[in-house]
Amino acid sequence: MLKNYIKIAWKVLLRRKFFTFISLFGISFTLMILMVVTSLFDHVFGPQTPERDTDRLLFVNSMKEQKEGGYTSSGPPSYYFLNKYVRTLKTPEQVSINSVFHQVNSYVNNRKLAIDIKFTDQAFWHVLDFKFIEGAPFGQQEVKSASRVAVINEHTRQQYFGDGPALGKEIVVDQVSYRVVGVVEDVPVLRLNSYADVWVPITLRSHEFNREGLRGGYFAILKAATPADVPKIKEEYAHMMKELERQKGEKDLQLYSFPATILENFARMVLGQGETSGLRILYAALTGITLLFILLPTINLVNINISRIMERSSEIGVRKAFGATSKTIIGQFIIENVFLTLLGGLLGFILAALVLWQINSSGLIVYADLSLNLRVFAIGLLLCLVFGFISGVYPAFKMSRLHAVEALKGGSK
Amino acid sequence: MIILSNIEKVYQTKTIETVALQQVNLAVPKGEFLSIMGPSGCGKSTLLNIMGLLDEPSSGTVSIGGQEIRSYKDKELAHIRNEKIGFVFQSYHLVNDLSVLDNVELPLLYRSGVSASERSKRAKIALEKVGLSARTKHFPNQLSGGQRQRVAIARALIGQPEIILADEPTGNLDSVMGEEIMNILLDLNRHDGTTIVMVTHDENMAKKTERLIRFFDGQQVSDAKVYANLQQV
Repeated sequence: MLKNYIKIAWKVLLRRKFFTFISLFGISFTLMILMVVTSLFDHVFGPQTPERDTDRLLFVNSMKEQKEGGYTSSGPPSYYFLNKYVRTLKTPEQVSINSVFHQVNSYVNNRKLAIDIKFTDQAFWHVLDFKFIEGAPFGQQEVKSASRVAVINEHTRQQYFGDGPALGKEIVVDQVSYRVVGVVEDVPVLRLNSYADVWVPITLRSHEFNREGLRGGYFAILKAATPADVPKIKEEYAHMMKELERQKGEKDLQLYSFPATILENFARMVLGQGETSGLRILYAALTGITLLFILLPTINLVNINISRIMERSSEIGVRKAFGATSKTIIGQFIIENVFLTLLGGLLGFILAALVLWQINSSGLIVYADLSLNLRVFAIGLLLCLVFGFISGVYPAFKMSRLHAVEALKGGSK
Repeated sequence: MIILSNIEKVYQTKTIETVALQQVNLAVPKGEFLSIMGPSGCGKSTLLNIMGLLDEPSSGTVSIGGQEIRSYKDKELAHIRNEKIGFVFQSYHLVNDLSVLDNVELPLLYRSGVSASERSKRAKIALEKVGLSARTKHFPNQLSGGQRQRVAIARALIGQPEIILADEPTGNLDSVMGEEIMNILLDLNRHDGTTIVMVTHDENMAKKTERLIRFFDGQQVSDAKVYANLQQV
């Protein structure tokens, strides 16, 4: 039965080339966009090396001060704040403080290089999961003594040393010489908390450590012992912030800083207000947009399907005359449609893979490594099935209600 | 055996009521070849559709193979049609996207417990019966009208139904091809004992059958005697 249905579905596709093209184009294009977007979403917010344990990682990226009269200022927190108030929290297993990366210039063989440098502590290498190609991260001793050592990424190694090894060699960045102790795989620029070309000990910027403002140019990464500890960390952090507000003693001063996942931080930045992260609104908005995005081609498909199925009213009549129930007819058209959408899905996958490959190789997103991973594949497949089902079920239902006699009259030969 | 008792069919729209059949009483004994004639619009096709359970009468009862149809539920009717009735239409109604063999197999798709190999085997036998075993892989649009109608007959007989209902089976064919189709139907009736009810406009074809009834304005106007004889039995 299934073979018969697929056979006929295939024949119908071949016979109605224009309809097939429109349907397949609609499905594959929509799915391609959805898959590229999910891949980007995954790339930015999902677990990716080096931020792999996303269920245990919390990031502190911002400090907002709201004063009397509605004056607000916000930006990355200061080292002083993170070191004094965040590093001393009891609930996180580990806390890393690191600078926001910034661009510096270097000259290699008379070539100007723009290098993104990040100052980190030793815990940075433990909370994150970098893949070392050469050497190892700098240790506690090197951080303590502010040694001029550096971990560089693969791309930077290529820039300085070509294809050769870099371990133990010197690089000059922004007129300072560092000894390379490790080389890691490139980290995409969208991973703001871990990305850089060159990582050096944070103590090289110790002159900034005692500036007492709450805002500066630093991030903190908090790692929980288990995912279950995450809410406890948030709670302790919130408590600490209240206490800090009280200590400041300024009238109407409100401080907002939260340890949050990357997605929560993004939602708070775009939609959040005060205590609420805006994550729910973000999810609702994303779901709404996705549904709308799927809905339009689905309506289009439903219309195409109705006219496509109408042409086959004679076939429906014959099938009914020879013993098909309305249910079987619905089943047949749904199977045909799911087959069509899966075909569109397959094309969508190929298109998406091509687009992602193009994004990766164009350098549009620095060190981007977008891929159609299994999760994206599963989401895509599910979308295909939902798509096929929704766009097939209505026309199939409508046509199955067609009276056999009417169906036979409506059909040609 | 088919028994129609007091069948009426009325088509109702908002403004108009059209009586297609009124007080039709008809019995078709098992193994009979009956033809129905009458001018266009007299209700012959409606009658055939009601016999084939494709249409529901406004009143009256239908009984097929000793089974009275009490409810017109989709699933039950589909089952009876599949098991007991085969259809042959004037315009063939073959599925153009399926090969000849797949077209003939179609009724068995809806019968449980018939394997793919069994379907194929029976379709080949049915095609042999209508003299088309060399065309199994062809598609309907590669065949002549007569050949298409033979495929349609093979499809009607593959499920070994008790009854074949043919709605102007030779209507689209020239006289030679029409003759061929008629001979196949007569053969089916004589050798396999299949009950056949055929609607036709062709007096010559109708005369070949053992019984002929005429319709006019939704009513049976001749053959009342035959019906009376049957009732006496």
